[in-house]
Amino acid sequence: MALLSGGEMLVRSLAAEGVDFVFGYPGGAALHIYDAIFQQSEFKHILVRHEQAATHAADGYTRATGKTGVVLVTSGPGATNAITGIATAYMDSIPMVVISGQVQSHLIGDDAFQEVDMIGMSRPIVKHSFLIKHPSEIAETVKKAFYIASTGRPGPVVIDIPKDMTHPHEKFEYVPAGPVEMRSYAPVEKGHTGQIRKALQLLVSAKRPVIYTGGGVVQGEACDELTILAKALNAPVTNTLMGLGAFPGTDPQFIGMLGMHGTVEANEAMHNADVILAVGARFDDRVTNTPSKFCPTAKIIHIDIDPASISKTIRADIPIVGSAKSVLTEMVKLASEIDETVDQDANASWWAQINAWRERAGIYHAQRYEPSQGELIKPQDVIKSISKATNGDAFVTTDVGQHQMFAAQYYQFNKPRRWINSGGLGTMGFGIPAAMGAKFAHREADVVCVTGEGSVQMNIQELSTCLQYGLPIKIICLNNQALGMVRQWQDMNYDSRYSESLYEDSLPDFVKLAESYGHVGMQVTRFEDLDEAMTKAFAMKDKLVFMDVRVDQSEHVYPMQIAPNGSMRDMWLSKTERN
Amino acid sequence: MRRIISILMENSPGALSRVVGLFSQRGYNIETLNVAPTEDETLSRLTLTTVGDDRKIEQITKQLNKLIDVAKLVDLTEGAHIERELMLVKVRAAGSYRAEVKRNVDIFRGQIIDVTPTTYTVQLAGDTDKLNAFVDSIGTDNVLEVARTGVSGVSRGEKVLTL
Ligand SMILES: Cc1ncc(C[n+]2csc(CCOP(=O)(O)OP(=O)(O)O)c2C)c(N)n1
Ligand SMILES: [Mg+2]
Repeated sequence: MALLSGGEMLVRSLAAEGVDFVFGYPGGAALHIYDAIFQQSEFKHILVRHEQAATHAADGYTRATGKTGVVLVTSGPGATNAITGIATAYMDSIPMVVISGQVQSHLIGDDAFQEVDMIGMSRPIVKHSFLIKHPSEIAETVKKAFYIASTGRPGPVVIDIPKDMTHPHEKFEYVPAGPVEMRSYAPVEKGHTGQIRKALQLLVSAKRPVIYTGGGVVQGEACDELTILAKALNAPVTNTLMGLGAFPGTDPQFIGMLGMHGTVEANEAMHNADVILAVGARFDDRVTNTPSKFCPTAKIIHIDIDPASISKTIRADIPIVGSAKSVLTEMVKLASEIDETVDQDANASWWAQINAWRERAGIYHAQRYEPSQGELIKPQDVIKSISKATNGDAFVTTDVGQHQMFAAQYYQFNKPRRWINSGGLGTMGFGIPAAMGAKFAHREADVVCVTGEGSVQMNIQELSTCLQYGLPIKIICLNNQALGMVRQWQDMNYDSRYSESLYEDSLPDFVKLAESYGHVGMQVTRFEDLDEAMTKAFAMKDKLVFMDVRVDQSEHVYPMQIAPNGSMRDMWLSKTERN
Repeated sequence: MRRIISILMENSPGALSRVVGLFSQRGYNIETLNVAPTEDETLSRLTLTTVGDDRKIEQITKQLNKLIDVAKLVDLTEGAHIERELMLVKVRAAGSYRAEVKRNVDIFRGQIIDVTPTTYTVQLAGDTDKLNAFVDSIGTDNVLEVARTGVSGVSRGEKVLTL
């Protein structure tokens, strides 16, 4: 029988979950845990430079692999710094276990030094949380935390551990956790067969079907099943911002991203559809535009693992609760058994219509923005250049803003888990740390952070972490010298009054900044240098390169849905043309 | 529409705050709330009343079900049910009015459980309307203090809320 301290039990329990990396930052309340970490070799601890980065790095690691990310922070400011990253993970349903140190049990509630109510503070942005009351609870709690975080609709779980629970001199019997049994938590994986059959029949008889999928298909590892079904139905597929990569981006059946900055063909197809199959997507307001005008002629089939996501904003005609993988697998199987087949004529005229939209306004069909030349570099062309240099096969993280949307539109993802961005919360500062996480997971792969000069400064300190661990990520900064997305809205809605979206020549010299962190800095100011610089940057396999690309400040992200009161198809195609 | 939702949940610290927090976080109202352990003391039963159309109530029950601590719940108002609320009300009972109060208490089948020369403390159980009617009959001017438990309820007949 092993007698262990709480700190040692925590370390063992994490190892038992197969944890490779813990992203964290030490401090008083976590020091016992850190001492236990020092004395083990089962997983590697990554010392970030800010706790927010620890959460985003764990998050990026998870999105790139599917494995639950682990974060360790101290109490008080360590915990508060982690909050933004926990909320980011929560909004995108990313499994994460966050361990926070807490002041000693007997001090809780006394406003002790570095005390915050982490359980209370994180409550609305976690799937669940635990406060450890006795060291003997640690093993079972860790096991439960991983189970809860990674099953059902995934999400972050916080374990708050008072310092006295991990004291190195107080040892207790360590009993490894057995299988999790929870009477109050039983996520449903398998869908209702009757509903699945009904849904399939509706889809097969549809004249204008659209398959609309979200992050649930990527996270639920259901991409192959999706592709098989889409092919069997010859139906167009659109992905949400979170769902890109679930269906090959260069496949002719892919009609692009939908929603606010989606393609015309995707939004038109949705608006004109007679049957929509939604899988692992949640009819978010950035997708639907005005709910009352959403897809007036469509019957809606909604597959989701979270019953609360179904009929939340848009009522489903055929709701199916279950995991994307299980339900789609069953649907594919049923499809091979039923006699009905897709009406070829209807299907052909639907595709003719979609192709007409594509030809009229598709962003891949014809370039709608003015060409780059000389010192005028269009941000869209930078993304295309990255895509070329990486053969469309890199792990791409972004921050938030115009650059994020350009990346989503112009980097065509053919594989899942390559596209890593903060879709739900829209967290500036996500890009670099998320890229670090992805790089830890995929040492050999190209990992790119597409960022803006605004966002990148929100976690720029992580360049130091990248040096410490030798993380040769490529940071491509679309430097438009403005909070571009804010500026775009100010152009469109506030007569170009640029309230606090410009920096008045106060930007750092990013080349020197990268160099001072021990990395390679590059600047590109002319379009003709772009591709070559990009090739050069990606050829430096063992160097982090920060590339400062001066892009056109006046460029807007189009297409863009018209709000308020617009339907899905109401869009601006450019500054002057409407769809 | 007013609804009565009864929840069986883990009797663990934090469970109540998760339920209450959910309501404020998602902009739902709680009109009344009561909670206590059940015969199985690892479980608590929480009953709350809220108002909303079917759509909203569906969301509320789904969101509640998603809470890890919530084991099971029922919307009692969906079927035949019995609801009761307990009220302790301290009323002015002096002079000629004292007898009048007593009469009202009898009519409403309440009990006087504490007496001073100038006040009665009345215990009354019933549905919300009955308790409101009693307060009205006494007249708010004569009501010194009211303590109500909030609604509790069960389904009629054999239907039970257990694990
Ligand atoms: C933490 C945070 N604060 C504020 C915002 C609001 N916001 C959204 S995009 C944006 C501008 C981002 O500027 P930059 O990173 O330079 O990207 P660009 O739009 O110029 O490509 C801002 C301020 C946000 N999303 N996140
Ligand atoms: Mg910018």
